[in-house]
Amino acid sequence: MRNETSRLGDIIIKNQAELLEGWLTSLVARIGRRDANAENELRQQASRFLILVGNAVNNAGTTDIDNAAWQDARHLLGEISANRVRQGYSSIETANFVFSLKEPLTSHLRAELAGQPDALVEEISATNGLFDKLGLFTVEAYQKSREQVIMRQQQELLELSTPVVQLWKDVLALPLIGTLDSARTQVVMESLLQKIIDTSASIAIIDITGVPTVDTLVAQHLLKTVAAARLMGADCIISGIRPQIAQTIVHLGVNLEDVITKATLADAFQVALQRTGSAIVRNQG
Amino acid sequence: MERIPILKMGDLLLVTIQVDMHDRLAMTLQDDLTTRIVKDRAKGVLIDISALDLVDSFIGRMINNIAAMAKILDADTVLVGMQPAVAITLVELGLTLEGVKTALNVERGMSMLKPGSQP
Repeated sequence: MRNETSRLGDIIIKNQAELLEGWLTSLVARIGRRDANAENELRQQASRFLILVGNAVNNAGTTDIDNAAWQDARHLLGEISANRVRQGYSSIETANFVFSLKEPLTSHLRAELAGQPDALVEEISATNGLFDKLGLFTVEAYQKSREQVIMRQQQELLELSTPVVQLWKDVLALPLIGTLDSARTQVVMESLLQKIIDTSASIAIIDITGVPTVDTLVAQHLLKTVAAARLMGADCIISGIRPQIAQTIVHLGVNLEDVITKATLADAFQVALQRTGSAIVRNQG
Repeated sequence: MERIPILKMGDLLLVTIQVDMHDRLAMTLQDDLTTRIVKDRAKGVLIDISALDLVDSFIGRMINNIAAMAKILDADTVLVGMQPAVAITLVELGLTLEGVKTALNVERGMSMLKPGSQP
């Protein structure tokens, strides 16, 4: 085994230039993106990867790509995958980067080991196993990068979507947009309570016009926020309850009786003004 | 022994918690406050917890109890100055202090306790 694997590494290093050409041709044929810049980058990545794979096979064999000798190759693959996620490649295109090296490599092996069918079969199966593993690794790395992107976006969305605005002296408004899960409730609660302290507001209006659905969990989160605000000495009004949502709330048996609820933000604002002893008067003439 | 001072202002009692509450201290406060309400015939109690930034379930329950006891002794109780972190903790613990009046700061709490200002 040791002997054969080292031969694969030697073949890769010896035939680097031809392998690279063959690989690039099959890559372009599979992916079909012909952009001079992209092709240059691809060539660079491919030649670096070839050298790293050749060395790694020579040092550690083909069976275990978790080995330390494979670390550089794995690192490069991870980098390439992350790059491709950002550039919007699909997972198939990313995996093809590795898989398309198989064809040129197989034909080189055939030429090299023409007289030794047994050795050829073994080399080919070793190569297949190796590149399957590398391909899977690439897909996994791709997926991980993709998940990171999604998580980052979620975080950004979370921060973007919880503004607390001051409507009037002592009156705050919290227009909620999107679904309320526990993580978001936490952020919403914290920013609302902090703002209550900063502005010493006595009334907070939570507007749920932008909340698509209210289930028991969302209602519970809302009630938690209301309770926390009350503990700080501020009353809450929930506004923007759409007809469907009113129906769901009652059907679910959610108890919103201890909370002031209004259909629109305007109604809630009016109540808030009354509570704080302010009034808006229409100018005569 | 360490004690939390209870100040008398007219027929109101003022308690400001300026140190970290620990269990013994909370028990002492509960004793002292109920005694003082009866002795001074207080009509209102204002508990300022603005310096309290850490509560556990025991302290949360003690706050709740102290406020409830003052209420039973017919003294209007207002809890003022709760920190956001404390409020969130209490809500997560399920201690929403139903029936206890709350206010943002001492000033507002005082105006809630003044006769005639509150229905």
